[in-house]
Amino acid sequence: MTDTSAIVILIAAILTNNILLTNFLGMCSFVACSGQIATAVGLGTAVTFVLTMTTMLNFAIYHLVLVPAGLVHLQFIVFIAVIAAFVQFVEMFVERFSPRLYFALGIFLPLITVNCAILGASLFMVIRKYSFTQSVGFGFGAGVGWALAIILMAGLRQKMMYSNIPEPFRQVPIAMIVTCVLAMAFMGFAGMVSIQ
Amino acid sequence: MADKQPPTCLSCGAGGLCGGRGLLTLKDGAWTNNPLAVQILGICSALAVTNRLENSLVMGAALIFVCVGSNLFVSLLRKHTPHRIRMIAEVAIIATFVILFDQLLKAFYWDMSKQLGPYVGLIITNCIVMGRAEAFALQNPPLLSVIDGAANGFGYAVVLAIIGFFRELFGTGQIFGHVVLSSEWYTPNQLMILAPGAFFALGIVIAVFNAIKGPEPEEKK
Repeated sequence: MTDTSAIVILIAAILTNNILLTNFLGMCSFVACSGQIATAVGLGTAVTFVLTMTTMLNFAIYHLVLVPAGLVHLQFIVFIAVIAAFVQFVEMFVERFSPRLYFALGIFLPLITVNCAILGASLFMVIRKYSFTQSVGFGFGAGVGWALAIILMAGLRQKMMYSNIPEPFRQVPIAMIVTCVLAMAFMGFAGMVSIQ
Repeated sequence: MADKQPPTCLSCGAGGLCGGRGLLTLKDGAWTNNPLAVQILGICSALAVTNRLENSLVMGAALIFVCVGSNLFVSLLRKHTPHRIRMIAEVAIIATFVILFDQLLKAFYWDMSKQLGPYVGLIITNCIVMGRAEAFALQNPPLLSVIDGAANGFGYAVVLAIIGFFRELFGTGQIFGHVVLSSEWYTPNQLMILAPGAFFALGIVIAVFNAIKGPEPEEKK
């Protein structure tokens, strides 16, 4: 797994190994916030940014601090602390320097701390033994893939408001079944590139 | 009593849980407010690990363990935790228990640890654990919090086992690796163990839950 180029990983993370549709990460906010396209775009952008940055940060901390110190088993707590601190920092930074962006993204930022896609990407990076450039490619690709999936889903759900869905299937169940179809469509990319 | 709470949203939801006495708490966590099928929390891991029944059971056990442990400690420390830093304190407690479980799994059950991969670590960001700590353990005494944690973990584990059972059954025709649906007349539907099958199975399970419970009053706004 060490010889694949970062570009291949980037494309694979967006299409064939979409972090949401094949690894099921970030489902909670996917279900909760896919009602409207505008919301989905905002959340998708915020996730992409945080995902790329935290993957880089966690890569550095994992390889420069945890491995030399022999503290690999503490990776969970360190990663989640880095993510929480980073999100907090971004929130303060954006609030200070770009109030408009803050109001566009602001409410989504705290949600991101508990978005499993962020922590999941860092853990996949460790498990698959990525190099630094590969990690950056993977982090960015995973973010774009997640954003793509939630925006597609928001479009579909806006249309679904006009359909007559059987009572027990309203809201979440039908969202799951539509996601199933979406995941099948993404499986069509499977032969293209693959990372595992 | 416990049914009279407002519609639940992500983690602030069950704050008004009032009928919290032993059995009632248990029923509430495992059925009335089943974290997975009713509150739709923690579905990431529910989808990812349910391709086999065995994985589902281990994941359910993991969640019960973490939920009970973190609820107990959050509840014990609830009078000493400053309100402003309670989130980070909760995350630290939860992460500690997840690390414990991960190390146990690595020591005694290496194959399973490999199979579950990052999803053990992802229990930290599982909204159920955080939600229970935030909504229940912060306001209730330790013993009740333990019951609540166990009930919610149990409710999650049961739904996980149901999904895992059907996905393994239809996906491979086997249960625990034993052939149940003979390959002579049943062609395994590979799709069920792949990603789309997970979404499909969870959608159906939630729909069945909704159908049994009947229309929810909160939908008639």
